Amino acid sequence: MTGTNEELLSDPLLKLSGMTRSFPGVLANDDVHLTLSPREIHALLGENGAGKSTLVKMIYGILKPDAGEITWKGQRVSINSPAYARRLGIAMVFQHFSLFDSLTVFENIVLGMDIGENSIDLRQEIAGISQRYGLPLDPDQHVYTLSVGERQRIEIIRCLLQNPGLLVMDEPTSVLTPQEVEKLFETLRQLAAEGMAILYISHKLDEIKALCSHATILRGGRVVDSVAVAHETPHTLAAKMMGEALAKEPELKTHTPGEVRLSLDHLNVASSSEFGIPLKNISLEVRAGEILGIAGVAGNGQDELRMAISGEITVNADQVRIDGKDCGQLKPNARRMLGLSSVPEERLGHGAVSSMSLSENSFLTAFLRLGLLSGGLINRGACDRFTGGVIERFRVKANGSQAPAESLSGGNLQKFIVGREIRQNPELLVVSQPTWGVDAGAARAIHDALRDLAAAGAAVLVISQDLDELMQISDRIAAICAGGVSATYPANRVTVEQIGLLMAGAQTLENAAEAGHAA
Amino acid sequence: MEILIPTLLTIITAATPLLFAAIGEMVAEKSGVLNLGVEGMMLVGAVVAFATVHHTGSATAAILAGIFAGAGMSAIFGVLTLGLQSSQVATGLALTIFGTGLSALLGQSLVGVAYDGLPKLPIPLLSEIPLIGPLLFNHDILVYASIAIVIGVAWFLKSTRPGLILRAVGNSHDAAHAIGYHVLKIRFLAILFGGAMAGIAGAYLSLAYSPLWIENMSAGRGWIALALVVFATWRTWRVLAGAYLFGGITILQLHAQVIGVGIPSQMMTMLPYLATILVLVLISRDQNKIKRNAPACIGKPFHPTA
Amino acid sequence: MLLKLVRRPEASRSMVLLSPLIALGLTLLSGIVLFMFMGANPGQALYAFFIEPLTSLYGWGELGVKATPLALIAMALSIGFRAGVWNIGAEGQLTLGAICGAGIALWLHDIEGFWILPLMILFSILGGMAWAAIPAFLRTRFNANEILVSLMLTYVAILLLSYLVHGPWRDPDGFNFPESRVFNDSATVPIILDGTRLHFGWLLAMAAVAGAWILMARTLIGFQVKVIGEAPAAGRYAGFSINRIIWFALMLSGGAAGLAGLLEVAGPIGQLQPTISPGYGFTAIIVAFVGRLHPVGVLLASHLVALSYLGGESAQITLNLPLAVTGVFQGMLLFFLLASDVLIHYRIRPAASVAVREL
Repeated sequence: MTGTNEELLSDPLLKLSGMTRSFPGVLANDDVHLTLSPREIHALLGENGAGKSTLVKMIYGILKPDAGEITWKGQRVSINSPAYARRLGIAMVFQHFSLFDSLTVFENIVLGMDIGENSIDLRQEIAGISQRYGLPLDPDQHVYTLSVGERQRIEIIRCLLQNPGLLVMDEPTSVLTPQEVEKLFETLRQLAAEGMAILYISHKLDEIKALCSHATILRGGRVVDSVAVAHETPHTLAAKMMGEALAKEPELKTHTPGEVRLSLDHLNVASSSEFGIPLKNISLEVRAGEILGIAGVAGNGQDELRMAISGEITVNADQVRIDGKDCGQLKPNARRMLGLSSVPEERLGHGAVSSMSLSENSFLTAFLRLGLLSGGLINRGACDRFTGGVIERFRVKANGSQAPAESLSGGNLQKFIVGREIRQNPELLVVSQPTWGVDAGAARAIHDALRDLAAAGAAVLVISQDLDELMQISDRIAAICAGGVSATYPANRVTVEQIGLLMAGAQTLENAAEAGHAA
Repeated sequence: MEILIPTLLTIITAATPLLFAAIGEMVAEKSGVLNLGVEGMMLVGAVVAFATVHHTGSATAAILAGIFAGAGMSAIFGVLTLGLQSSQVATGLALTIFGTGLSALLGQSLVGVAYDGLPKLPIPLLSEIPLIGPLLFNHDILVYASIAIVIGVAWFLKSTRPGLILRAVGNSHDAAHAIGYHVLKIRFLAILFGGAMAGIAGAYLSLAYSPLWIENMSAGRGWIALALVVFATWRTWRVLAGAYLFGGITILQLHAQVIGVGIPSQMMTMLPYLATILVLVLISRDQNKIKRNAPACIGKPFHPTA
Repeated sequence: MLLKLVRRPEASRSMVLLSPLIALGLTLLSGIVLFMFMGANPGQALYAFFIEPLTSLYGWGELGVKATPLALIAMALSIGFRAGVWNIGAEGQLTLGAICGAGIALWLHDIEGFWILPLMILFSILGGMAWAAIPAFLRTRFNANEILVSLMLTYVAILLLSYLVHGPWRDPDGFNFPESRVFNDSATVPIILDGTRLHFGWLLAMAAVAGAWILMARTLIGFQVKVIGEAPAAGRYAGFSINRIIWFALMLSGGAAGLAGLLEVAGPIGQLQPTISPGYGFTAIIVAFVGRLHPVGVLLASHLVALSYLGGESAQITLNLPLAVTGVFQGMLLFFLLASDVLIHYRIRPAASVAVREL
């Protein structure tokens, strides 16, 4: 390596040019370029499916580019493995953590190190870093006992131990409460001030405004712009990120809610497995004509809550009531006959069966309500007709009703699943993560459909980790934390920060305010 | 006392093949691979070892041949499940069916041939201690080896970095791949080790336990070894305990038959199989315990496309 | 690595059908190598194995006789496998079915009557079901692995049969051979093709296969089987009971295997013997896979694999080849099939060689 410190500082740390990578049927990255200097927090901005993850996987040596050049500290490199990336000084915190549940924090960290470290020295180093950057952790705890925020700390410490020149963070805040996000940002700013470059991947505009100095914006696998964040507003960034898809959000119409459709009365569910979350004493009501949003960080009992309502988990009869009828003991199909529909968070394997056709996937949940069995045999014609209706009404891009579910893109499959449930005219709909991983156009369509359903008099419960989404479509909002649900507030009278406090475990805003004063 | 020592000795010989097979399978399962072909690999190991000793007269060559035969069989399994993404359950069954047929074919000319059995290797001095000496220090090489391998595997898994990596791959292959470990390579090595151990287990059957070749001579021991791994909740020392427990059951029913307790011999022979079912039921009742200890990725295919 | 696998966007339907043919071709090729290795003329051996058995009407009848238990058991196993229920103890259920059905025949050995055979069939089905009920109960109640339980029970069933024919059920006039009395005419399955041993059971097997087709293609329970096998969470979401499907799959395969066992002892064998099956219960696993877990496929595969049994016998007689060759052939067929199945979900492409030229 030649050159003085001065030159190194002014030189770019990482330079990408012409990065191209295709997958069967998709050009995920097309001639992408990007330049990153030390001390810079650089945003990689784009919608789901814009190609952000593909690009960072090539930087980290997980994917090989079809074409393109990577220059690191002025030298052309070909990064063919994560180990080599780490040796160069590139570290990465993944969106889905690469952690081993059954191992301890210490073992997890050791596995991320390339050199056989002396374990006593390593323990001291870990303690040092966790103190210096405000990342407390007990090295001997098993990972499965930790919260999502704590797990992320392991990843960050694992990276920092290698003294990287570049830290890549892939959507790090989607699993954190707003307060935890603020703490993370402090750590990142401190790291940048000490000379590290950070590549920050996100589609959340407020975060990018708050944290980053530069932004490279991807759309459909191509760079549409590279900007200084200070010169942009969230709106101009959004326009670049979404292109023509950006349109005005629909006005939230206010409805006069009708009678109570769903009521949960001190709902308790014991944890079904080692890693499951028990539900604690949940009471809430959803009325006809309204959307109730449940905010919360992943892994706080959302799945269990939806399953307790849908009947996949049965509870005491009076803990779940639909239209005043005790139905905690009823199985899913009996509850469907009472007018309930639900959409699980996982699309493939839970909401739909991958290899089965859309028509068969319609039969999966609609066979009772729509009478798709005739004389004990499956009425295929009726299934096809119903499926055709869903495809048409929800503009699902699919090769007809016989196309297998796995052949659809994530957004189209989600439109199909939501559409399948809505077309059964439910009086009560429970949806989990309605737009997770879905592009903006499909998300818009799904939001509209949910609003229309509520306007038509159904009660809708939306469980989502996307707080912006909930603020946009809900009439009332509550938060779930560690298996308990907070008090409910009208969505137009609470702020994102206030919901953040509820997501962190406050039962009511009054409680949270008191706790705030006490501290 | 006259009868106790020989009984305990036979328990050791009955436990040894189970121990080899189960410890090998446990290592494979720790890496996330369920190989149901243990029975087939054992049979091929047994016939190849016996054929080698018959033709060369060398017990060492026979043991090595058994190891290579078992590992070779497991390599087929590895290529199919790891390289060609076939179902682990189906491929393991196929391995057993194929191994049963192949061993019968290879052993055609060996039926009725006799062999003296592996020589005993008494450890000097120690073997002369009364009671303990003959019990613990006067065995053939494979009995000593089985204990050494248990100790080695326990140490490997608990205290070495490759052992940690192996457990990590079985716990989450996606995370291991993301960090940069070669999931398929590590699994293939674990499968080979499992095959080698099944092969040596087979070699023990045909060289020491009952030194001859009969079709299907493993008589379900490969399957019992699979059950032992579950029974041991994937922990090395419990595999050891389980193997000796089953060795004990096998020998007790044999002795009961010899003494003639008035129960038909077939009913007594059923005992180890019924005990296996009982033990499986007892351990499986507590699903949380199984989930806590089982490698999370067991049986799941992995294709590294990122 | 010179080749790499590229995942297809969706499963290839033509490969689902082609893969068994590729596997068969590869098995034949390996067979040629194997025969040469054993010092036999491959042409002669292949002829003896695959053509000679079918040169007579009797041979065709034998094909049906061997295919009957395979088709019956594989039909039911394939439904279980699609549900993710791994009953590999069909051999034991077959044995129990044979014992229960034969019990009736021996009990009523001095009585004639048209109702005796139907009664035996009923008891054989119940016997097979009872044996399969043990793994079903232990799996649904205690989560015990059905693979290991059903397999252990196979050893138990075979020992039970051995006890019976050596002990209480031994033919009093049989010179101490371990065999039961020979069943009388009312307790024997009628022959449907003169000059062969092809019996009424073959028609039953064909009817069962047709029934399985309708069940899987058009009924709710068939749909539930498919959903639960592929996506148990989706099954729960749809409101299907996993335990019910486990019971259904094991009862169906236990009953079918029990019936197959009876058809053997009341058909070609005609009495109870210590060995009543050359491993039909295990070979049916191969048939189920080669038949793509589909009733029509099972129909074809059962006759193909039946041919390998006949071929083994014929090669033993004419070329003095060991009978164990059959087992090796069957095992290879399954291996090659599992290997070719990769083509259903993946394409094989030459790996792009990353050639960085340095000057």
